[in-house]
Amino acid sequence: MALSNTVYNLLFKRTSTFMLTIAVGSFAFERGFDRLTEYIWESHNHGKLWKHIKDKYE
Amino acid sequence: MAGAVTRVFSSKLLKTHPSLVQINVSHYSTTKGWSKSKKAFMTTLGMFAGGAGALLYALESSCVQAGDLELHPPHLKWSHSGWLDSFDHASIRRGYEVYKNVCAACHSARFVCYRNLVGVSHTEAEAKREAEEIMVEDGPNDKGDMFKRPGKLSDSFPSPYPNEEAARAANNGAYPPDLSYITAARHGAEDYVFHLLTGYMDPPAGVQIREGLYFNPYFLGGAIGMAQALYNEIIEYEDGTPATQAQLAKDVSTFLRWCAEPEHDTRKRFAIKALGLTALLSFGLFYLKRYKFSSLKSRKISFKPPSKQ
Repeated sequence: MALSNTVYNLLFKRTSTFMLTIAVGSFAFERGFDRLTEYIWESHNHGKLWKHIKDKYE
Repeated sequence: MAGAVTRVFSSKLLKTHPSLVQINVSHYSTTKGWSKSKKAFMTTLGMFAGGAGALLYALESSCVQAGDLELHPPHLKWSHSGWLDSFDHASIRRGYEVYKNVCAACHSARFVCYRNLVGVSHTEAEAKREAEEIMVEDGPNDKGDMFKRPGKLSDSFPSPYPNEEAARAANNGAYPPDLSYITAARHGAEDYVFHLLTGYMDPPAGVQIREGLYFNPYFLGGAIGMAQALYNEIIEYEDGTPATQAQLAKDVSTFLRWCAEPEHDTRKRFAIKALGLTALLSFGLFYLKRYKFSSLKSRKISFKPPSKQ
């Protein structure tokens, strides 16, 4: 409860900090989400993508 | 049969119950005045009609289609078959070699450009070298004449014939189709291309094949104007892969699938993102639904029928 109170008082209570939280939070989420999905894609298709074979031709 | 009919028409489904909803329903029912035997007859009739319909549907959608003279290509497990499987780009590169050295002698691929190869199967320098091997008609120059120049990245793959009539005249009347979108244009997609390329055989007894045509069971009608093109070791791969007929056919099928669907890898990469994001959003939507319905679900509603005087 103490943590959620702190979060509320620091971030959500005032509109200015609330909007800032949304902006920073969405940026951080998108970076993290993209890295996660790229990791899934590349580990699932390891050795098949162009980035895995292009060093043979450069 | 009689047992089934009895079970259906005497089941609780067809009886009225003293609940509020079903009393209302029974007011509108058209079968209330029916006798027991009429109900039994109508139930039997309905079961026969439904059974006949189900039988027709099962026959219609069954796999036995003896009317077809076409051999449907069986589905193969491609390296890009799964939901999250990308193309095998080394295979696309080998498939381009097969296309360039074998297919391109008769087939065009007008809608694929050399720049499309960059970052997919070739580096930019390699794609430029590939493009420079062909001569492209360009112009007019400042004297109004057309001239030939080496190809550029923005040029599409060369067409072996200037137009369809020339292609037909050179190929016994058969038109070699443009291969840009061939896997999208043929039933069975790359399975069809693979089996067509490897499926040449002697015609079975009783099948007459005209001069200049070849028998291939995967081609509609069986008689195809294209001779068998792929044989073991017909070309040599630059990466040393043994060039068996099946390997050549597999690589060129993968390449042609990429030609027809170059957005394939991006599509599947975004499927991971979209499925992940909607999975996260579904939690929020579930909470929102519970939140909006909480006032409705915790409310007590009772219906008081107007009392009869």
